[in-house]
Amino acid sequence: MRLILEVWRQESPRVPGRLEAYEITDAREEMSLLELLDRLNHQLVEENQEPVAFESDCREGICGTCGIDVNGVPHGPENNVPACGQHVRSFADGDTVRIEPFRAAGFPIIRDLIVDRTGLDRIIQAGGTVAVDAGTATDADTLLVTHEQAEAALDFAACIGCGACVSACPNGAAYLFTGAKLQHLALMPHGKMERGKRARSMIAQMEHEFGPCSQIGECALACPAGVPLSAIATLNKERLRALLRRKDN
Amino acid sequence: MTHESASAPAKKGAAMASTDLDALRVVGREIDGNVPDAAPDAAWDDRKLHYNLVNPSNRRKFTVIVVGTGLAGAAAAAALGELGYNVEVFSFHDVPRRAHSVAAQGGINSPRARRVDNDSIERFVKDTVKGGDYRGREVDAFRLGQEGVRVIDHMQAIGAPFAREYGGQLANRSFGGVQVSRTYYTRGQTGQQLEIASAHALSRQVAAGTCHLHSRQEMLDLIVKDGRARGIVVRDLVSGTVRAMTAHAVVLATGGYGHIYYKATLAKNSNATAIWRAYKRGAYFANPAFVQIHPTALPLMSQWQSKKILMSESLRNDGRIWAPKAKGDDRDPNLIPDAQRDYFLERRYPAFGNLVPRDVASRNIRERIEAGYGVGPLKNAVYLDFRDAIDRLGAKLVRERYSNLFDMYNEQTGEDPFTTPMRIAPSVHFTMGGLWSDYDMMTSIPGLFVGGECGWGYHGANRLGANSLLSGCVDGWFTLPYSVPSFLAGQLGEDVLPLDDPAVRQTVADVEGRIARLLGGGGVHPPDYFAEKLGAILDRYASVSRDPAELPDAIGQIRALREQFWRDIKVIGTGDRLNQELETAGRVADYLELAELLVLDALDRDESAGAHFRTDHVTEDGEAMRDDANWTFVSAWEAPPEAGPGAGKPIRNYEPLVFKAVPLQQRNYK
Repeated sequence: MRLILEVWRQESPRVPGRLEAYEITDAREEMSLLELLDRLNHQLVEENQEPVAFESDCREGICGTCGIDVNGVPHGPENNVPACGQHVRSFADGDTVRIEPFRAAGFPIIRDLIVDRTGLDRIIQAGGTVAVDAGTATDADTLLVTHEQAEAALDFAACIGCGACVSACPNGAAYLFTGAKLQHLALMPHGKMERGKRARSMIAQMEHEFGPCSQIGECALACPAGVPLSAIATLNKERLRALLRRKDN
Repeated sequence: MTHESASAPAKKGAAMASTDLDALRVVGREIDGNVPDAAPDAAWDDRKLHYNLVNPSNRRKFTVIVVGTGLAGAAAAAALGELGYNVEVFSFHDVPRRAHSVAAQGGINSPRARRVDNDSIERFVKDTVKGGDYRGREVDAFRLGQEGVRVIDHMQAIGAPFAREYGGQLANRSFGGVQVSRTYYTRGQTGQQLEIASAHALSRQVAAGTCHLHSRQEMLDLIVKDGRARGIVVRDLVSGTVRAMTAHAVVLATGGYGHIYYKATLAKNSNATAIWRAYKRGAYFANPAFVQIHPTALPLMSQWQSKKILMSESLRNDGRIWAPKAKGDDRDPNLIPDAQRDYFLERRYPAFGNLVPRDVASRNIRERIEAGYGVGPLKNAVYLDFRDAIDRLGAKLVRERYSNLFDMYNEQTGEDPFTTPMRIAPSVHFTMGGLWSDYDMMTSIPGLFVGGECGWGYHGANRLGANSLLSGCVDGWFTLPYSVPSFLAGQLGEDVLPLDDPAVRQTVADVEGRIARLLGGGGVHPPDYFAEKLGAILDRYASVSRDPAELPDAIGQIRALREQFWRDIKVIGTGDRLNQELETAGRVADYLELAELLVLDALDRDESAGAHFRTDHVTEDGEAMRDDANWTFVSAWEAPPEAGPGAGKPIRNYEPLVFKAVPLQQRNYK
């Protein structure tokens, strides 16, 4: 299969970037998009050109390291699938595919397709944690958790931290990411202890670095972990709850 | 340590005594694992009682470097931070949560023994020791089991939403090599939930100011002065800056080296550089040939696929493995009637069936494929079938247990496991070998500790499923926070090594020299070219079976490839900025050295044990045959001396292994 790849090239944050077109003549349907970039880089290195810098690690959809915009869509054309699980079979022979870094004000470009997503980690540092030191926890079997609650917590805890939700949002909002963490921990026995405090501090940090919710819901379509859109309702609910109760829990 | 067991080796593995081997290595000395004198089940309590303590107000005066933020690293850093030590944490990732522990799927073992299926800590130790084919430390397995009980409580508290029964209690399931249910899980993403919980606990300490995070920084060397580990040298992967950081102790939690086989289930960036640099500076390397081949990965689907994808062992609880009875039967699997299917694991191992340990399963699957019974377009797989489980349990329950694994399979192959059996094949997955450490998890370099897969210890020659998440968590949360402070206590009042110390400057200069050499290569082939060639050599000679007649050949090929690497390596770009080709080149250069030691260890260890299956040591039933009289020890390889009679030859030291609670016996899963 023949594909034209228009790839964003940018040497550093300090210089402007540009799209460069490359031709791949031997793409195959079963290749993932990351393997397509591997193929391109192999070609570039053979021609003594610098390969395209892009990130990936587990290549099985769980680490959240990979992240590219494909024709303007985070990760690629298939909904709820990370870039490593997107395949060339989504395209037709002769197609032009535009590959760019995740686009969001909160994700400054480092080089080519690599962006800085540590802003999400700072939201976690602000309070997405549980204040239990090693060795001090109670017996997990004495804390009853309903089957339903454990399953629901995992639906939200499944977030892989890739940042596709932020890139998908025209406002560059991190509501889906933050709401997922708030909901996950609000369903956990120890997590409930700081539920109000956590909502205040995480939301404040989120608003400091990321945009407001667009109310459109494209984030949930992009999310490779399938985090439900209700995470956003959770965020607003937790914000109001914390405001009205004025308590730590 | 007392050698009361009859298993104490008489000849220290000199049985082969071929001149070939003597040209390659030197047999060294017996080393001491520093194991407590107490009975194995009392050893950990005894050792904890003897550890030195540091007063809470003095703890912030000590700096500990932790390299890696997987389960072991994030946990060790967070726990030491919680205690009040000053912790400097390094990761080559952008954020801690990406570490490859995140990809573990099936579960974490814990001998909580709440059910009436007759589990206990002793049984956990027996399963672990026997599963490892008696080549791990029994007393370490006791500690793992004992601390493993409260690991679940802690991980649940800090955010891992373990699966629950309808009565509200923790759910658990069974795993390979075990006949009880002691595996706790969060669907098929247990590693992810434990990793995120630990990384977030580390974030809490970052916010508290006890842990300082240095992300996108890769450790490239270890600073050793007067025989003690004093710090590390790192390269900032964005700016290219090389710098040193010194500390009172260094903890390496940098993961396994399975990626040396190139096509493995490990993440693209997983590498051996940190532990290999430590080896070169004097840390012993234990059992490098003990590499686990996981039975249930996805088969390769295209030439450009550089990474294999794992399907959790937990699937073997409900999935049945089979191949067609007729060679080359390429019908749709649903059209092959039961009478024409060979459920070969159930047939050969009626007691354990599909849940035999990984090494046994992998060998059997590879045997079927190589004998011509493989399925799929490339005939490189067998089936893992859920038809009967769906009939028995219903699709809803099967979906709850494995939904994300089924989705992942579907994503990668375009096939639905609910209607078509999965195709699976063995793949390199985990390394039981790693830096040798004593009972306190300290390497042969004082002040250098290890945690998780980069060490050795519990798993012997074969790791049981769900024991790796356990060992990462136990090392980080409940072992290193006891043993590291005991080492620090003796250094009260001492400063860390100043950055202008000659030892620091020399190590930085060494790193800079190596980078310059990589950038100044002949410019013919990129690093991946060599990585792939090396992987092919190891897969051919040192995979599920090892033929001693062929192994010297493999060493010759590796040496030739290494020479070619330094002659022809092509690294595009410069070292003063983000350069992924340069990162890869450095890692491949180290793989090319480690690979030789791996093959040498496979040649040296003149027996079969667990995953190390030598074609010249096979029982009548075709199983691995150990040689307990000569090889009941861990090989602890020491880097070759530069001069003298043994110059250039690694030294194989040995620590005898003593089994008091689990008597030596041949494994039998029939």
